[in-house]
Amino acid sequence: MGGNFLAPTLEYSLLSPVLIVLGGAILGVLIEAFAPRASRSSSQLFITLTTLATALTALIRNRNGESVTVAMNSMVFDGAGVLLQGSILVIAIISVFLLADQDNFTALAAALPGSNEERISVQQQLKVTEVYPLVLFAVAGMMIFTVASDLITLFVALEMFSLPLYLLAGLSRHRRLMSQEAALKYFLLGAFSSAFFLFGVSFLYGYSASITFSGIHDAVIGGSGNDVFLLLGIAFLSVGLLFKVGAVPFHTWSPDVYQGAPTPITAFMAAATKVAAFGAMLRIFYSVLAEDYLQWRPVLTLVALVTMVFGSLVAIAQRDVKRMLAYSSIAHAGFLLSGVIALNKSGLDASIFYLFAYGVATVGAFAVVTLVRDSSGEVTDLNRWSGLGKRSPLVATVFAGFLLAFAGIPLTSGFIGKFSIFSAAYESGATSLLITGVLSSAIAAFFYIRVIVLMFFKDSVEDGTSVVIPSIYTQFTIALSFIVTFALGVFPAPLLEFISSTATFIR
Amino acid sequence: MMLLPLLGALAIAIAPSTNELLTKQIALATTLVVAVAGILTTISFDFDNTALQFVESYEWIPSFGIKYAVGLDGIALILILLSVLLAPIVVLAGWNESEGGRWGAKTFYVLLLVLETLMIGVFASTDVFLFYVFFEAMLIPVYFLIGGYGSGERAAAAVKFLLYSLFGGLLMLASIIGLYVISGNNGSHTFDINELAGLSQYMSPMTQNLLFLGFFIAFAIKAPVWPLHTWLPDAAASATPGTSVLLLGVLDKVGTFGMIRYCLTLFPDASKTFTPVIITFAVISILYGAFLAIGAKDIKRLIAYTSISHFGFITMGIFAMTTQAQSGAVLYMFNHGFSTAALFLVAGWMIARRKSSTISDFGGLQRVTPVMAWSFFIAGMSSLALPGLSSFVSEFLVLVGTFTRYPVAAVIATFGIVLAALYILLPVQKALHGPTTPGNEAIKDLNLREKIAIAPVMAVIVVLGFYPSPLLNIINPAAAQVITSQGFSDPLPTSNGDK
Repeated sequence: MGGNFLAPTLEYSLLSPVLIVLGGAILGVLIEAFAPRASRSSSQLFITLTTLATALTALIRNRNGESVTVAMNSMVFDGAGVLLQGSILVIAIISVFLLADQDNFTALAAALPGSNEERISVQQQLKVTEVYPLVLFAVAGMMIFTVASDLITLFVALEMFSLPLYLLAGLSRHRRLMSQEAALKYFLLGAFSSAFFLFGVSFLYGYSASITFSGIHDAVIGGSGNDVFLLLGIAFLSVGLLFKVGAVPFHTWSPDVYQGAPTPITAFMAAATKVAAFGAMLRIFYSVLAEDYLQWRPVLTLVALVTMVFGSLVAIAQRDVKRMLAYSSIAHAGFLLSGVIALNKSGLDASIFYLFAYGVATVGAFAVVTLVRDSSGEVTDLNRWSGLGKRSPLVATVFAGFLLAFAGIPLTSGFIGKFSIFSAAYESGATSLLITGVLSSAIAAFFYIRVIVLMFFKDSVEDGTSVVIPSIYTQFTIALSFIVTFALGVFPAPLLEFISSTATFIR
Repeated sequence: MMLLPLLGALAIAIAPSTNELLTKQIALATTLVVAVAGILTTISFDFDNTALQFVESYEWIPSFGIKYAVGLDGIALILILLSVLLAPIVVLAGWNESEGGRWGAKTFYVLLLVLETLMIGVFASTDVFLFYVFFEAMLIPVYFLIGGYGSGERAAAAVKFLLYSLFGGLLMLASIIGLYVISGNNGSHTFDINELAGLSQYMSPMTQNLLFLGFFIAFAIKAPVWPLHTWLPDAAASATPGTSVLLLGVLDKVGTFGMIRYCLTLFPDASKTFTPVIITFAVISILYGAFLAIGAKDIKRLIAYTSISHFGFITMGIFAMTTQAQSGAVLYMFNHGFSTAALFLVAGWMIARRKSSTISDFGGLQRVTPVMAWSFFIAGMSSLALPGLSSFVSEFLVLVGTFTRYPVAAVIATFGIVLAALYILLPVQKALHGPTTPGNEAIKDLNLREKIAIAPVMAVIVVLGFYPSPLLNIINPAAAQVITSQGFSDPLPTSNGDK
């Protein structure tokens, strides 16, 4: 090592989307510190939206740029990265509107549940506006996660988006203990998975004597390293990633966290984390470890199969709508894994389309969940959803639309996603994934339809469950995700073309 | 033509929901216009041309080679004609059907018209992917029609229907993905039915068999063939009569249509491999459906069971691989649509008047309500294939056509006709003849609207019984085309079907 310190060269224009989001987050923190309480809520919403929109514009302006490594080889700028970052930003924009409905969040996070402070804070109508900068930090972390091209950056990004999410999960206004339990559980298990991840990173470094993706790739091709280190490295790294996407057997956190977290956070987390984690996974397996597929593919295939079947089967037994959606997201993680395993161009395109389509529909579905309430907050018990179609046909119809999209009924985005991802998997020769995927889709259809039956064909119970008139923000979220879900089902061609012409990985 | 019902649905959707009459009038007008359009299409159809006609094709999702491609051959044309003719009859016959539903008349007719669009689309599409989209999308309106407007255990029946169909549909999706990938490996990705037809030479027998099964199971659930039939009686018994007419008369035909259009055309070798098994299942369906029908106590279930028996005939005709049986099967689909429609509509009126669907509650209707009783009688006679009524021609063709290749199956199937006499005559005797039993004295006969609705059905049944050749002229070239494309020739070179 020489003694000279070289200032890193940063490609500011290519990095600008991430930098803008980070800047917005810091601005948000400053507002928390200095702006008067009364004006925080609206100014935070404004800043967050402006930040995300500006970042998206910057990203769009960059979209056709040459693929290069940036920031001293610690990140890359390539087509797939642009698409994944774009998906994250769009999902974030759609779900930020949900944050504006502060009824979901505790009035004062620091107050103990049931304490005097809590009561006073509720009376004073305090608001936790710090959710906005926290979400922005998480978004920035996710964006870096999808384009990181060395293991250290990858790890830093992982922590960067995980920590705000742990915090956010504990901020629910109602059932606060449950929310805090969820946050703690998420944090502890997340910390474990991070440790595994780091362990894997160190093995890969031991194997290749490099932390950059290109270095590891060269070592894999060269084949001179110690294969045991490589295998252990892949295994532990995968544990960390599979934890984030909620694949079996690393899924146990997700139902509790989905249920306990404030629903707007669940929406954002369920959608955006999947994009980020699968984005990184695709990058690692497609561009770094592709040549070693004989080693990891069988194991990952097994995980995918178990994940699909387990998620679909266990979801049937759920009585809580958020838990049901959690298990459904586990099943979808299994479907998405088939895109990773496919290891071909159509697999990459299909995965990106699926991630975006699923993310948008997920945000929409959880947004609907926030609307069904009684006097003590959201009603997530499915039995009390019965007859919703009678009381509020519009809300029920929209929710049914999202469920049909999850089930993969034609003319919804979910169908196009499913078709493309399964055909990519079959193209790569993974017949087992195709057949199991189709069968578990059939199982999954059962519980989606059961909810539709509950809403439309069962009479309502008179227990004070009502649908609140959605605020303009929530309306916007729901309408936007509904339109996107069905537009992508009927006219998917433009997006598919764009993805297939753009999505490439470089090392 | 496909856009018309959608426009009607849109018109209903924006019409004021308080004005039910207007809603119904729009629905009736729309379906009538579509029916006229359907008849005009039939007239301008070139009977001698075996190629697809009225072809339209637009790019839909180019990255997957998916097109919005529609076109008609004789078989598709006949089935579309059936759909568009039945639709206005259903609207007129079930004028008050939407009452007693969970939602208003508006939703009912919107669903109905959307369904009509999808029905036309499913028969017309010549792109496998597009077909699948229609095939699956069709389930949603039917699901709500059964679950929202039916009677009895309607929600459970609707769910059973949907789950069975979705399961079959997903198997078919797996096969479609298989086809897509294989087409990509041997040229370019395509879903065009004509291009896919040549693809079977690239498949190993194993692959072809599996892909065939994916399609066939989906269609066998839809059709339904024993042992995949159990959803049908529940669905038919719970749905409104009008929905049942569309369900059995048209929707289930998608299954048998799919067998011809997709199973036979795309997988000729696999079709041959599985023929003995399928013929066996078909024969079992014929007899099993008939036995269940004899034992049925509920009049709607009875009709549903008879349909299982009839679908057995159709399936047998399709897989007998002779032009005669094939033409017979297609004609059977058309005739079955009308005779089942007649049975269901009259049964629906009987049930609505008597407030019961149990056969033994009726008695002596012949004296009280002669028109209704006669209509039921004629429909029943057509269903048991009495010579001179439409079903006879088709059943005869199927049996003769099957006999030339599978004599044993044809002989056993003939017993189905004997049983048919039993299952139709028993309820006819119980419900229509004999002394008028208590509770039936004050039943009113058909009113003018109902007479207008049933008259064309009766006319079709009688006319086609004596003079089926116009339809056969449309069907025969298409059927012969399917058989020759299979590499089959008729065992008896002299047999030429319709003369």
